[in-house]
Amino acid sequence: MAGFEPSSLPDLLPLYYRRLFPYGPYGRWLSYGGVVKNYFQRREFSFTLRDDIYVRYQSFASPQELEKEMQKMNPYKIDVGAVYSHRPSQHNTVHMGAFQAQEKELVFDIDMTDYDDVRRCCSSAEICPKCWTLMTIAIRVIDRALVEDFGVKHRLWVYSGRRGVHCWVCDDSVRKWSSNLRSATVEYLTLVKGGPDTVKKVNLTDPIHPFISKSLSLVEPYFREYALVGQDILGCRESWEKVVALVPEHILLLFTLLQEFPKKQDSVQRWELLRNKMDKHRVRNSPGRWLGSEIMLQYCFPRLDINVSRGLNHLLKSPFSVHPKTGRVSVPIDLQKLDHFDPFAVPTISYLCSELDTANEEEDGEKENEMEPMAKRRTRDYKKTSLAPYVRVFEQFVDEMDRSRKGELLKRSDLQRDF
Amino acid sequence: MEFTREKRMKMRLAGDRRGDQYPHSLQFYQQPPAENISLAEFESFAIDRLKLLKVVENLGVSYVKGGEEYKNKLQQELRKLKFQYRALIEDDYDARRKDHISHFILRLAYCQSEDLRRWFIQQEMDLFRYRFNELTDELVQKFLKYINLSYEAISKEVKEKLAVQLINSTPGLSGAKIEELMFYKVPLQDAMDLFRVRRVYLLDAFTYVPHTDMVAIVLNNFRTKLSKALALTARSLPAVQSDERLQPLLNHLSHSYVGPDYSIQKNTGKISIEHIDALSVKSFPLCMRQLHKALRDNHHLRHGGRMQYGLFLKGIGLTLEQALQFWKSEFIKGKVDADKFDKGYAYSIRHNYGKEGKRTDYTPFSCMKIILSNPPSQGDYHGCPFRHSDPELLKQKLQSFKISPTGITQILELVKGMHYQLACQKYFQLTHDVDDTGFSLNHPNQYFAESQKLLSGGRDVKKEPSEPENSQQKLSSQKSTNSCSIPNSSNIEGDTELEGLDAYFTED
Ligand SMILES: [Zn+2]
Repeated sequence: MAGFEPSSLPDLLPLYYRRLFPYGPYGRWLSYGGVVKNYFQRREFSFTLRDDIYVRYQSFASPQELEKEMQKMNPYKIDVGAVYSHRPSQHNTVHMGAFQAQEKELVFDIDMTDYDDVRRCCSSAEICPKCWTLMTIAIRVIDRALVEDFGVKHRLWVYSGRRGVHCWVCDDSVRKWSSNLRSATVEYLTLVKGGPDTVKKVNLTDPIHPFISKSLSLVEPYFREYALVGQDILGCRESWEKVVALVPEHILLLFTLLQEFPKKQDSVQRWELLRNKMDKHRVRNSPGRWLGSEIMLQYCFPRLDINVSRGLNHLLKSPFSVHPKTGRVSVPIDLQKLDHFDPFAVPTISYLCSELDTANEEEDGEKENEMEPMAKRRTRDYKKTSLAPYVRVFEQFVDEMDRSRKGELLKRSDLQRDF
Repeated sequence: MEFTREKRMKMRLAGDRRGDQYPHSLQFYQQPPAENISLAEFESFAIDRLKLLKVVENLGVSYVKGGEEYKNKLQQELRKLKFQYRALIEDDYDARRKDHISHFILRLAYCQSEDLRRWFIQQEMDLFRYRFNELTDELVQKFLKYINLSYEAISKEVKEKLAVQLINSTPGLSGAKIEELMFYKVPLQDAMDLFRVRRVYLLDAFTYVPHTDMVAIVLNNFRTKLSKALALTARSLPAVQSDERLQPLLNHLSHSYVGPDYSIQKNTGKISIEHIDALSVKSFPLCMRQLHKALRDNHHLRHGGRMQYGLFLKGIGLTLEQALQFWKSEFIKGKVDADKFDKGYAYSIRHNYGKEGKRTDYTPFSCMKIILSNPPSQGDYHGCPFRHSDPELLKQKLQSFKISPTGITQILELVKGMHYQLACQKYFQLTHDVDDTGFSLNHPNQYFAESQKLLSGGRDVKKEPSEPENSQQKLSSQKSTNSCSIPNSSNIEGDTELEGLDAYFTED
């Protein structure tokens, strides 16, 4: 894959915005079928320009206007905000207090830096195939809860382009949720609590809520491969001491773990030892009864940033925006193939542009497309690059929303006919 | 709102229609009063309700909410102020009317700012909870129907099918109990406080709420409606404020709630930076102690922490210059160099002191504000440790501060019952080795002041807990000191009419 140089962005962005950005489905997504008056027009976009110049409260009369502006400004980063009571571009002219965020997708931001205390392979903004499993688990756990518990239909999961994933929940009813309801949802979905100075971050008590048991059954299949083999969390004294620190003192005395661990071969064996001891000493209603699950969850359970989800007016990086540091495009993730999603296979802007160049050279030889209208050429342009499969995932998501909207309309008109 | 002096409109509804207007002693305050009332009545109703809400506030931080003592005191107060105090009395039209009208008058006074709204909503919710819990099962059903909150009870078959999930989702429920207990299917929007802490089963956007938890649903709905209504009322406020007779009264009413104003800098300059470490152990409430420790450990605090802690420090007397020095010396020990500090952080400290931006002189946060707004997330240290920490973490923290095991158990018990301020008072007692705090805690700076008073021997330790009378004294003394801003009743023509009270409460 072509290496990416941040300094090349000013050269590459114009090409990306002119020929590759999927304006069609993007505009369809944010128009939501045009059902609500001026919905797209009241949406906030914000652009980050060169030298971190940040332009908030932009809004556009139509997706076409947005497209024009993007091609004119070539933003380093695009964020999507809320749908406001008035057009955001006119927020200064509205009486203070009247300008208010009314609707937004429910969004989640899961960031690998929040897992630094349980990753041995990397830290801060780095990721590798080993720790990426944490994102896979996070998506499985949160997505299940969204669908089964919250009855949500339309979720778009997106790779952020660097070290995490975003989720956009787009159901009509959910976009109207108050910020209280959003934070209640995040609290429901949160099991890992406490800051850097907290040792034990997961504490379970009876009864175990179905959300927790269902989440556990999603985490468990990954635990051995990911935590015991991959991260080797019981591999050496330094790291098993971190795990042992989670065992309550009164059982630790019985367990004699620190004496027995060195005699075992690897993390898998040591984990078995721990589990056996726990089974033997399991006491009803005693703290430590759920120790095995608590350790698993502390090492693997998703960690959400409540601030991003709670505020209606909070901005989040748009899908298909390019990450200015890595050059990778923020692409949708196909949940059908979630275990095969590879963040390192996500194309960078420089790679896409070189693919485009190659394809055009071949076409130039054929010389048959010159009279075709611009729009048509562009639809085909991204299809010539490795962006194509990701755009297809996005289109399927938008199509599905269109379908269920039509289904709703049909149902309603059927009802009316019945009366 | 208009006054008419000439004509006295038909004041009361005809006797036979009275019953229709208030079919229940408990009200949801959905319709504003349509009648005209005299300015004198307006004032006396408002002051009585304010007294009542002050009592609710003081009882709430002095006794366990819902406990016998709490209920008895509250009932006494209701009776004394002539609000209806028992659910079943039939002929209490006057009390119901007073309840109705006085609630709406205070809405006018308490819609003006975020802090006022928060206070008002909290007290009205506590009052409502008490009164709802006094209803018989039969009256509960009737009332739910009346306010359009009757939910579908799930059938026996569904209950059997979901039995395991229901047992595992509902704390304190056994298989035997589940058979007799009624469960309602409630949309998740209406059961936020229950599913947030996983106290109910959540499936496909519906929660399954046991009959015993319905009060939470009703309260949730009450809060949502009231909070929306206050926001709407705030919009028509310019009209109210331009009314020269109402405006001083409303302002007075809204200023009566806060107690001491901790933004007044009577302590300014009395603290030296070197003493903060020692003070944080001796006299800071747990929330501030935690923030101070985090700042010392990490040489950094995020925005929420800087606001909460910075304003607290300002309240105990740190000058702007001291504050800049204090924060800077700590931050530059971490990843922030002096230049970055001056550019990125000094602004927000000057901002706290009203030297930047809107130039508002910010007030230190009250307990209620800390408990109810802006909960901390990963890497944050602000908030109320009793409200926002996981109980297990709280326990660890208290252990590390050498609180006795029995003390910790008592605190955790209060936390479990969601009595965060009482838990904090217990922490005060344990760290100061007194049996009684002798004050109702509602502000971190009050905690600090009381602690300092105690440690310097300036307080009689074994004092009785403050009586509700205190609040009235406070109110009446404030009234007399502020009398220039209040319309003195002698200045009011007794029969001055307020017309169209409902105009300020029209739907959006
Ligand atoms: Zn890694």
